[in-house]
Amino acid sequence: MRRIISMLMENEPGALSRVVGLFSQRGYNIETLNVAATEDPTLSRLTLTTAGDDKQIEQITKHLNKLVDVVKLVDLTEGAHIERDLMLIKVRAQGAMRDEVKRTTDIFRGQIVDVGPNVYTIQLTGTSDKLDSFVAAMAEVDILEVVRSGVAGISRGEKILSL
Amino acid sequence: MELLSGGEMIARALEDEGVEFIFGYPGGAVLHIYDALFKDCKVPHVLVRHEQAATHAADGYARATGKPGVVLVTSGPGATNAVTGIATAYMDSIPMVVLSGQVQSHLIGEDAFQETDMVGISRPIVKHSFMVKRAEDIPMIMKKAFYIAATGRPGPVVIDIPKDVTRPDEVFEYQYPASVKMRSYSPAQRGHTGQIKKAAKLLLAAKRPVIYAGGGVVQGEGSELLRQLARELDYPVTNTLMGLGAYPATDRQFLGMLGMHGFYEANMAMHHSDVILAVGARFDDRVTNTVGKFCPGAKIIHIDVDPASISKTVAADIPIVGPVQSVLEEMLTQLQQLRGRDRELPDQGALERWWKQIDEWRDHHGLWTGQRYRQGDYIMPQQVIESLYRVTRGDAYVTSDVGQHQMFAAQYYRFDQPRRWINSGGLGTMGFGLPAAMGVKLAFPDKDVACVTGEGSIQMNIQELSTCTQYNTPVKIINLRNNYLGMVKQWQDMQYEGRYAMSTYEDSLPDFVKLVEAYGHVGMQVRKLEDLDAKMEEAFAMKDKLVFLDIFVDPMEHVYPMHVAPNGSMKDMWLSKNERT
Repeated sequence: MRRIISMLMENEPGALSRVVGLFSQRGYNIETLNVAATEDPTLSRLTLTTAGDDKQIEQITKHLNKLVDVVKLVDLTEGAHIERDLMLIKVRAQGAMRDEVKRTTDIFRGQIVDVGPNVYTIQLTGTSDKLDSFVAAMAEVDILEVVRSGVAGISRGEKILSL
Repeated sequence: MELLSGGEMIARALEDEGVEFIFGYPGGAVLHIYDALFKDCKVPHVLVRHEQAATHAADGYARATGKPGVVLVTSGPGATNAVTGIATAYMDSIPMVVLSGQVQSHLIGEDAFQETDMVGISRPIVKHSFMVKRAEDIPMIMKKAFYIAATGRPGPVVIDIPKDVTRPDEVFEYQYPASVKMRSYSPAQRGHTGQIKKAAKLLLAAKRPVIYAGGGVVQGEGSELLRQLARELDYPVTNTLMGLGAYPATDRQFLGMLGMHGFYEANMAMHHSDVILAVGARFDDRVTNTVGKFCPGAKIIHIDVDPASISKTVAADIPIVGPVQSVLEEMLTQLQQLRGRDRELPDQGALERWWKQIDEWRDHHGLWTGQRYRQGDYIMPQQVIESLYRVTRGDAYVTSDVGQHQMFAAQYYRFDQPRRWINSGGLGTMGFGLPAAMGVKLAFPDKDVACVTGEGSIQMNIQELSTCTQYNTPVKIINLRNNYLGMVKQWQDMQYEGRYAMSTYEDSLPDFVKLVEAYGHVGMQVRKLEDLDAKMEEAFAMKDKLVFLDIFVDPMEHVYPMHVAPNGSMKDMWLSKNERT
């Protein structure tokens, strides 16, 4: 099952490599990874998505918690949460396809953020599923480049991940 | 406040930490530190002959004393040579602090001379690591390193120190922190009371209980409490390879070691049990055999300080995360209350039947209830360990290397106290025994220290005979010489139809007696059983001499019992070359 694990960790050199290394060392998968400093510059917020059965996920969270650089951790998928992935996608937009791409982008509430004589660059945010659907909807279109930020997530309501 | 250079701060911090020995080897990147040690440091330094031996010596010291071992090596090859020893300590949860030199900060990443990314290389085999960026951080980093290494589930910590950070011409105010608090590191201090109570009730309801105790009981200083608990309940106890000595081997309730080469009665009791109390043990694959067939009727209580060890391979019914000592203490109190106030008593009839069954297993194939090995023309390796046990009156520190000799030592030397049996259980590092024995002997100069080894293992760190000369560490080396890589040969006998692929030396072994004499030690050959005890006595009578006993043993002997694999359970064992359970 897909899980979104989000953690606060020391904003120290090497901290990220410990997290990533743990996954390869123990044979777990990282599907997406997103990391940046928080409002407190000594702390980074890292969100990753992974897949596994309950036993594997339990081991993953236990081992992540054991890392000295990891301060706090939450499995967002255990409760109500908001997840967002950001995609920049560059497509060939010529002739009749130019309108088609624009229409589909509007339907998905994306924005065309750069325009060239033959290409559009579209920005789209949403859940990973939504972004996947958009890519699927572009099946007829010549996709030139796809860049995704990986999932960032946060719990709904009062629940917070902080020190 | 005192002004010290980075190098001097390291030396001073080691003093302030109460370090007794530094095991190390100098080189370019650590010369400032070595100069500071030379000029003003009370901590003696032991110059090894290879950095791997520095880590094993520090490891042996740590296992015997319970205090972190300290290693100092230079950058590049110094650091990479230490890697095997760091991994050895990591697998067995041994507290260790490794200071590695690094090239100057401005050269990092430029493939400078003797540069290697030590933090990167060691990442999967350390509990934590630090790269020192500023000299003024040294006291706090040292404090944190010792704290992390020794608390919770212990382990090795690496501090990588660029040379410029230790330069003598820049000085800083030095004050060693009295305490340390880290927001991201707080090991469990005690177990969950509700869980402990549940466990106590389950234990009292057991009909066929076994206590399965591992290295965590030794490391966590829980041996005394384990004894009290086991005696309170009159339940049988088995120890893992790492846990030998956690429960006294000569006690009636002890079943011997369990696992791949474990005792028949221990493995049978585990397989047929209905409640297992696992304490500081991690259900290693060398214990469980096929996990899917592991102890089918047993409910499992698992106490461990490391939450990630619980339900990693075998699911626990009652997990208890906490230090062995405090959990056992609370469990003992709970048990006494339940028995006293609430009159919840174990089913005495069932327990009697269980003991009767265990005694039958013991009589059938217990290694200590009869001679289970054949007697040939040679000295049998088991007899060597029995002789060692007799001569040292069971009171020696015994280190070992890895292979058949290790298993024979684990089976036939009866350890009554924790921290006496010192071996590389998790990583299985050949070459561990001699340097580890050095570390133990330095810590306990008045005690007998024996290194049980074989011709394969001993040659992996034999250069340390020179270190033993320099620092006068008169350990006794018991070489079980069978002219093969014995354990490799055993597997080749059992699974490869006796094709001894590269497991023989083809008459290339050195004359060990001459070799040790060249280093200034005493060497003796033993070829006849009737000489064995006398030579053993003679060796241990030479208190101030390192003695190498080169004992020719039966080259064809195998270690039994041995789990049947693949697809075997705990109860599936070879008991001899042609007898199976």
